[in-house]
Amino acid sequence: MRVTITVNGEERVGEVEARHLLVRFLRDDLGLTGTHWGCDTSNCGTCVVLLDGEPVKSCTVLAAMASGHAVRTVEGLEGAAGLDPVQQGFIEEHGLQCGFCTPGMMLTARALLDKNPDPSEQEIREAISGQLCRCTGYLNIVRAVRWAAEHPAVGAVDANVTAGSTP
Amino acid sequence: MTAVEETVPAPAPEERPIGFGRLKRKEDPRFVRGKGHYVDDVQLPGMLHGAVLRSPYAHARILSIDTTAAQAHPKVKAVITGATLEGLGLAWMPTLSMDTQAVLATDKVRFQGQEVAFVVAEDHYAARDAVELIDVEYEPLPPVIDARRALDPDTPVIRDDQEGRTDNHIFDWEAGDKAATDAVFAGADVVVSQEMLYPRVHPAPLETCGCVAWMEPIDGKLTLWCTTQAPHAHRTLYALVAGLPEHKIRVIAADIGGGFGNKVGIYPGYVCAVVGSIVTGKPVKWVEDRSENLMSTSFARDYHMRGEIAATADGRILAVRVKVLADHGAFNSTAQPTKYPAGFFHIFTGSYDLEAAHCEVTGVYTNKAPGGVAYACSFRVTEAVYLIERMVDCLAAELGADPAELRMKNLIRPEQFPYQNKTGWEYDSGDYPTCLRKAMDIAGYEELRREQAEKRARGELMGIGLSFFTETVGAGPRKHMDILGLGMADGCELRVHPTGKAVVRISVQTQGQGHETTFAQIIAEELGIPPEDVDVVHGDTDQTPFGLGTYGSRSTPVSGAAAAVVARKVRDKARIIAGAMLEVSPEDLEWEKGRWFVKGDPGMGKTIQEIALAAHGSLELPEGVEGHLEATTVYNPPNLTYPFGAYICVVDVDPGTGVVKVRRFIAVDDCGTRINPMIIEGQVHGGLADGVGMALMELISFDEDGNCLSGSFMDYLLPSALEVPAWELGHTVTPSPHHPIGAKGIGESATVGSPPAVVNAVLDAIGVRHADMPLTPGRVWQAMHGGVEAPQ
Repeated sequence: MRVTITVNGEERVGEVEARHLLVRFLRDDLGLTGTHWGCDTSNCGTCVVLLDGEPVKSCTVLAAMASGHAVRTVEGLEGAAGLDPVQQGFIEEHGLQCGFCTPGMMLTARALLDKNPDPSEQEIREAISGQLCRCTGYLNIVRAVRWAAEHPAVGAVDANVTAGSTP
Repeated sequence: MTAVEETVPAPAPEERPIGFGRLKRKEDPRFVRGKGHYVDDVQLPGMLHGAVLRSPYAHARILSIDTTAAQAHPKVKAVITGATLEGLGLAWMPTLSMDTQAVLATDKVRFQGQEVAFVVAEDHYAARDAVELIDVEYEPLPPVIDARRALDPDTPVIRDDQEGRTDNHIFDWEAGDKAATDAVFAGADVVVSQEMLYPRVHPAPLETCGCVAWMEPIDGKLTLWCTTQAPHAHRTLYALVAGLPEHKIRVIAADIGGGFGNKVGIYPGYVCAVVGSIVTGKPVKWVEDRSENLMSTSFARDYHMRGEIAATADGRILAVRVKVLADHGAFNSTAQPTKYPAGFFHIFTGSYDLEAAHCEVTGVYTNKAPGGVAYACSFRVTEAVYLIERMVDCLAAELGADPAELRMKNLIRPEQFPYQNKTGWEYDSGDYPTCLRKAMDIAGYEELRREQAEKRARGELMGIGLSFFTETVGAGPRKHMDILGLGMADGCELRVHPTGKAVVRISVQTQGQGHETTFAQIIAEELGIPPEDVDVVHGDTDQTPFGLGTYGSRSTPVSGAAAAVVARKVRDKARIIAGAMLEVSPEDLEWEKGRWFVKGDPGMGKTIQEIALAAHGSLELPEGVEGHLEATTVYNPPNLTYPFGAYICVVDVDPGTGVVKVRRFIAVDDCGTRINPMIIEGQVHGGLADGVGMALMELISFDEDGNCLSGSFMDYLLPSALEVPAWELGHTVTPSPHHPIGAKGIGESATVGSPPAVVNAVLDAIGVRHADMPLTPGRVWQAMHGGVEAPQ
């Protein structure tokens, strides 16, 4: 079947099997390998992308379900003016080690900050609680998100790719 | 910033250090952009995809395998079974413990999830579909699930593939002096004993195991992109196992999404992918799914332990003895130095000055997945630390002593180092009392005890748990330590280019530890070349010197030492060249970071960059001195290193439900010289979360038929950000006297040290002597009610 998905602001079209998962469409068909895969049961969250601005686990979203919608992946975080504050925050606060959970964590953080620019530690922990990290013990991820909250001017966020649903 | 605080405040922004200090990671710019290079990211033209058919039974005889329907699938390129592999002599492979393991089962399946057949197809979905089309006829056999029954006379023999075998016994091993220990016990005022299980857990890195195998049909070169923590050891093993010429094998491990010991061994899927590539003439990718990872790859622990501790009436610990029954699963594939079938468990004497100690370990086969040494365990120091730190708390309970005071009273004193323990280890350095005192100060220990007393009076359950651990890491001295005959020394090569930029090639393999940063810092510290000017090459056997890889916290103690030594070799050569440049004797030169200068005339000197250029130029060099500025080394550690730490955990337990809330966790670590404190803290944070997970949540369990009940992240529970607190860290620095830069390794300290602190805290809260991990709400409730099962 034919799917049309706006990925990081660009319309992408694909012919896919009905069972094709969004995570595999992004990785295998579009070559956007920054979105990872870790469990297939929606528990680990390494596959989180933003679907119309909301974090979703792309291992349990069919590519067909995303057709007609806007998807934002880690490759779409960096803007023309540089890294997203969330990306910079992860570097500043050592919010990553092996880097495998990082794209999903950053996208959830971006969605959180878009709704709540000044989240508390507890709000950050709740926001990322559907995702696992085996390396950092989470504290530096929390600090990274706080760093981003405190440095909103760093980098640039492209409104076109964070905007809500497309037709 | 809000409530996120550490006891040690973050330092003020500072200049980028040329050498040791807080330095942001060189790895991060690619990771935050989603541009890492993980195995599953590899896409090659014409690449095929593999999938494994696995056994539904824990123990069954294979009567027949029919692959007709799978082979008829239009997208299937090959179906490989044990019979196929038998024809190639590859149906069985050696394990890291000198046992054998089935690559694909031929006679029997011996655990649920064991590899039975391998399908190669045009795409991932087709490979999975075709796996379902393979028809295997099994004759189920009674499984051996409980290790405590494995040696019973009527128990089925699991490894009847081994000629003459009549039981499930693998090994008996002991350490220490049994007679001396028994004598001390016989005369002791107080003896406390306790049975405990360190249950089976799993490292569960977020990236599962996988590979892409590409056997070039024309030149016969195998390139294997693989999730391996030990690329060189893997290359050699493929040469030995498959008879492939070693110079025609290239193992590439670019970025790895966490390892924790899960990615040390060679798994059947890797071998099948290689065979798949040979058979089809195409690259073959195989990446396991999460269930395959949890059910078939290397688990950790599964130690049934009986500990005994002997002491005087006033709390002087005299001796410890331990009996262990070790469940190794269906194949003995644990990864540890050959001489040590129980890993380094015999460091169970911990941080205490004992008169005697003895342990006996018996290893057995069961119908469960193989493995045992994994999950940041430092070759079973996890089990050892858990044993001794639980026993000390049991003794404290028996004596009515404060657990902190009891520990303080028995710690090895600073003046006793180097300390010979009673089971054969020589602890290199330490100041244990200072470390414990520091943790107690950060925690506000006395105040916590007062708060606990007040809460108890109100019926609230608050617990304070301690652990003091000593690690033994950095395996190891070649004369004592090898894996499958490969000595545990590591090479390093350093080349300074004409313009003073450098490339260092290392044998160890980062899985998130930040080697690209810390190894550049070691070179920078030794040579004064800024870290950003040092490229660290790793993860490619064609590009790096031989070495045994990263596990057991060995990167810094072994390979980090190699990097320092090789930099010093370059510095020595630079001295000769600088002497020629300045027309003085090299002996008249003095080093300061980054330059050689004339003693007494600091203005007269040459920077390392100037020397590098001259080394590649036309400068006349002294007789016998070759040009260029480079060196190689192989580092054979003289001893292991002994990181240590004091941990304090504070929990609140809900009396109605048994739910444990970890309120605070204080960790004071001593890893000797600190290369990059930011990375050290990150390593500790991650290990502490592991400890909370193991203590409270994580368990690989089986039903009586051998069905694995923990085959997904819905059943194998890992801590999220909501289950762990904001860690409070401190540190002391006691350099290792035998390591070139005094560093000891930190990667596994917190995973090793934290579980007993959490367990001790929970048991302190509920006033129970012992309960086994994981302390789930149900188990805590049960322990609180004298063993009565919690209501559902």
